[in-house]
Amino acid sequence: MIITIASGKGGTGKTTVAASLAISLAAEQPPPPLFLDCDVEAPNAHLFLHPKLDKQQDVALLIPSVDETRCTHCGKCAEVCQYHAITVLGQKTLVFPQLCHGCGSCAALCPEKAITEIPNRMGILEHGLGRDGVAFARGVLNLGEPMAVPVIRHLLAWAQPASGQVVLRDASPGTSCPVVATIRGSDYLLLATEPTPFGLHDLRLAAQVAAKLGIPAGVIINRENSPYPDMDAFCAEKRLPVLLRIPFKRAIAEGVAQGKTLLDIHPEYGDCFRQVFRHISRRL
Amino acid sequence: MRIVLTSTSPGLEAAIDPRFGRADYFLVVDIDTLEWEVHTNLGANAAGGAGIKAAQCIFNFNVAAAISGEFGPNAFDALQAAGIAMYRYGDCRTASQAIERFKVGQLEKIGAPTRQGHHGRG
Amino acid sequence: MRQLVILSGKGGTGKTSLAAAFAHLAYAGPSVLQAVLVDADVDAANLDLVLRPNRRETHDFTGGSVAMIDPQLCQGCGNCEQVCRFEAIVLPTHTQPAYAVDAIACDGCAACVYQCPEDAIHMEPQTAGRWYRSESRYGPLFHADLYPAQENSGKLVTLVKQNARLLALDTNSQVVIVDGPPGIGCPVIAAAAGAYLALIVTEPSLAGIHDLGRILQTTTHFHIPALVIINKTDIYLEGTTQIEAVCSELGIEVIGRIPFDPAVTEAMINGEPTTAYRPEAPASQAMTAAWQIVAARVNGTEAAHDDS
Repeated sequence: MIITIASGKGGTGKTTVAASLAISLAAEQPPPPLFLDCDVEAPNAHLFLHPKLDKQQDVALLIPSVDETRCTHCGKCAEVCQYHAITVLGQKTLVFPQLCHGCGSCAALCPEKAITEIPNRMGILEHGLGRDGVAFARGVLNLGEPMAVPVIRHLLAWAQPASGQVVLRDASPGTSCPVVATIRGSDYLLLATEPTPFGLHDLRLAAQVAAKLGIPAGVIINRENSPYPDMDAFCAEKRLPVLLRIPFKRAIAEGVAQGKTLLDIHPEYGDCFRQVFRHISRRL
Repeated sequence: MRIVLTSTSPGLEAAIDPRFGRADYFLVVDIDTLEWEVHTNLGANAAGGAGIKAAQCIFNFNVAAAISGEFGPNAFDALQAAGIAMYRYGDCRTASQAIERFKVGQLEKIGAPTRQGHHGRG
Repeated sequence: MRQLVILSGKGGTGKTSLAAAFAHLAYAGPSVLQAVLVDADVDAANLDLVLRPNRRETHDFTGGSVAMIDPQLCQGCGNCEQVCRFEAIVLPTHTQPAYAVDAIACDGCAACVYQCPEDAIHMEPQTAGRWYRSESRYGPLFHADLYPAQENSGKLVTLVKQNARLLALDTNSQVVIVDGPPGIGCPVIAAAAGAYLALIVTEPSLAGIHDLGRILQTTTHFHIPALVIINKTDIYLEGTTQIEAVCSELGIEVIGRIPFDPAVTEAMINGEPTTAYRPEAPASQAMTAAWQIVAARVNGTEAAHDDS
């Protein structure tokens, strides 16, 4: 079973919720879950789960390398490249590695077979055991690299669960391609939100993504002082069950700031999250 | 000598376009006869690598120099490889003004990209 | 005319609340600057919720294209599936005998188009979102909505910013204030391109500190000078100290410390910038002090990146 925790808006507590859920499940029956930190631009889950990262793998995109002795500067590569990552100007063929999406078109279509593909490192994958036996893996995008999606896709292919192991994917904020790459193939989507206009606006977008991908979803409302009627109405209208409401409390904010999960601060949350999980299991 | 200038509309007296990669129009001018022609920039709408597409575009015009407000790093690399010299408009407001200043060597020539890229090249 | 971009690394640190306050202060003072505003967080655009502008123009945004297979021409050779590196080709089934493209997975590379022996595939441009020019109480606002599950947010960010820039140049505005997205990838790079100054909004949590490191390395990589402002300083004082130490080591100035203040959320619910909603609130006072420093920097004469 694969559960992705996403949100739309940043800072609503995705990672806090995901890590808390992981620890809650680890306490139940084996095997403890596999936690995937898919926020490859700004990964934070290690601050809560303290993994000992002992396995690594580079993420590389295959980019074109032109053999100038075979190249006739016919321009076919430039014609087929949709990203303008390779161009021919007179007698020179230029490659722009950071525009390249690694599709292989230019190499396949070069009439002189003058293009080979070479790996261009853009990120790294890491794996290890976290606290409470939680299996942990993450992807980290290299600084200055624009594209998160290849790192996410490689992470999901690399970190495979053991038989019967629940997978929790911690997504990045937003609703565009990196989040979609994380959510695809999930069985359930947990949306962490906050009861404010910003939270609701972005929850609507996240719910649309869930609907578009055909994945059932539920909501966790974080930092609730008092109920926000518009949000409750939206969830009811879209039949999104509100699985948990976490109150706003300074003790929680301060604890989370220091890398504590919700159960570390209030142990009762263990039962709350296990209940959330049971609801999800029954739903699927 | 033929040069190209980026412009917001077709005409030597129109307001210049400060962008190279996503400029609306390219004006190709023979600076000796002042004959000119206008081309739409096919790179303007590119998802990425607009500067490269624009460079490819003007390469076919057989120009010795390009004048614009700024050249991103991809455009810079492409134009340099193509052997096209790059100059900045400075405070010129029209192509006419820029041509006059270019002829007397008053425009700033560029040796390095003048702005950061939008897609990951610094 | 200079561009100020507000970034964070980690989401939820308060960029948009600060951007809204700066929009208000640039208009009302102290430190008045004629500004054009941009919401570059096109995935989840929130700035208009507090600025509540009137929309003047709406434009469709064409992102990339996706491949489409004509089922009449498809002969089922499967070459497309062989060459596709994005797992975007759907295999035929007994109800659907032709190959098909998963539009969400398709990266738009067109490898299949060029390698289909039957010429059965073509590229179809996608309307991926919309961008707007609006008029707010504090000045023009350029913003956009990327449709959910779309790509090319970087392109849309660039488009919105370019339009803001052109208007700013035409109207002799002094600053373009860009409310940036979270993260460090393509939309952030697009938002930061051409910025004279980056203001990083951070929070003193372990996650905030960690991501501050990554966003600062990113702005350094792209040669954009950065200032830091610490939001919600009192939730973890030890964290605030750590941030100050890190910044000091890197030679980055911390120009403001905003205490956690319920007025910020109340103002948001009320659809107003915090500084307009309750100017005497502790957060408002801190934001105002920070704006005066930032405005002086933006208006200053030191050459960093000239963008006039």
